[in-house]
Amino acid sequence: MSANLQLTEDGRLRHLLTLEGLPARILTQILDTAESFVSVGEREIKKVPLLRGKAVFNLFFENSTRTRTTFEIAAKRLSADVINLNIATSATNKGETLLDTVANLSAMQADMFVVRHASSGAPHLIARHVAPHISVVNAGDGRCAHPTQGLLDMYTIRHYKGGFHNLRVAIVGDVLHSRVARSQIHALSILGCPEIRVVAPKTLLPRDVESMGVHVHHKMETGVKDCDVIIMLRLQNERMQGALLPSAGEYYKFWGLTEDKLKLARPDAIVMHPGPMNRGVEIDSGVADGKHSVILPQVTFGIAVRMAVMSMVTGSNA
Amino acid sequence: MNLPDPNQLIDALAEQIRPNLMPNTAMLGIHTGGVWVMEALAERLGGDIPCGVLDIAFYRDDFSRIGLHPQVKPSSIPFDVEGRNILLVDDVLYTGRTIRAAMNLVFDYGRPNRIRLAVLVDRGGRELPICAHYTGATLDLGQHICLVRDAEGRFDLVLKEEAK
Repeated sequence: MSANLQLTEDGRLRHLLTLEGLPARILTQILDTAESFVSVGEREIKKVPLLRGKAVFNLFFENSTRTRTTFEIAAKRLSADVINLNIATSATNKGETLLDTVANLSAMQADMFVVRHASSGAPHLIARHVAPHISVVNAGDGRCAHPTQGLLDMYTIRHYKGGFHNLRVAIVGDVLHSRVARSQIHALSILGCPEIRVVAPKTLLPRDVESMGVHVHHKMETGVKDCDVIIMLRLQNERMQGALLPSAGEYYKFWGLTEDKLKLARPDAIVMHPGPMNRGVEIDSGVADGKHSVILPQVTFGIAVRMAVMSMVTGSNA
Repeated sequence: MNLPDPNQLIDALAEQIRPNLMPNTAMLGIHTGGVWVMEALAERLGGDIPCGVLDIAFYRDDFSRIGLHPQVKPSSIPFDVEGRNILLVDDVLYTGRTIRAAMNLVFDYGRPNRIRLAVLVDRGGRELPICAHYTGATLDLGQHICLVRDAEGRFDLVLKEEAK
């Protein structure tokens, strides 16, 4: 919906709000650029001077540890100054509107806003109102999108599988509440993955999910069979309204990834999880720590992917 | 005008460098042409000189003017820079800004004992106080020149229209 808002007139990435509608060329450029930033992260001195003198504001209206921290590390490794706003104790709680908050921070010479918000579309709203030199990066909005998570997952898949064109990928669990799943599905289809499966009980799937071009499976055993990549989603207890599930124990029995179910996938399958994990709910501890798991490399790659996005959106203002 | 044969220039460069090689000399080629020249030099000089590859995109001084280069390649220095005698290698020396960026990049890997610079062609036009220790040819062109390599690995020098 906001492809134009996200790109400059000459087709460079201006904001990153959603992966939906972005050209494959941009996604590939982000992944390629991230590859160079991974090698920066392996050095003694892990900083490059690209964003020297830029002020990056982390605006997290919703809790986050991993995403906020990796955005902060990414900005610092680009030599930017990072300001973390504790929204819970900020003026928003005193009744200031979102756009007023942003206008005030812009008056403090902000160059970039990294935004997480419980309402879908909040980062888009900000992007529509900021000055031309300011970029907005969505760090997760409502149920809508979590584009940098989607990108770091694509980076991880490409790193271990070499590409997307012969892959069978299963996304398992709470798709309904998951902005991560939405971003993953968009990214996988843009990058040419031929078979994207969503594996979940009916109550945890959005009604229109098939229109996204995915294959729906209501059984774990058929869902993960012969898959190259299994992405487990977190059971989002805090987002559950009403009785969508009998219990966490019941969920684990049918939808948890155990060694036995993993054996149905390809022998070289990788297991991913965006975190935070609920061990013994959606994933067995042995699988989470096992040889198929690439859950911790996902976190490391996330820094490089966020560095790539931040330097590309900043560079587009040139 | 007749441009020199780059293969002969590389031979000449190798002969300049050879007497000055030290046991701890290592070479770093700058993407893309500099890497080719470095590989050709390594072949001529023999003796297993450690080689690495630099991409200076993250260190360019014109990022705020032109943004990030769309095709960044990872830098790779497969040896310890600390205390090394580094030979930086590039195809064309012009403003000197690339070399400045490359030196900043090298220092983020460690503190070398010494950095020297070898270039295939010095085309003048310096904007920074930088000069090469080893030069294949000095050409006063007033025009962009670049090294190209064909599918068989043969080198050629070609003139290009000024970009800006």
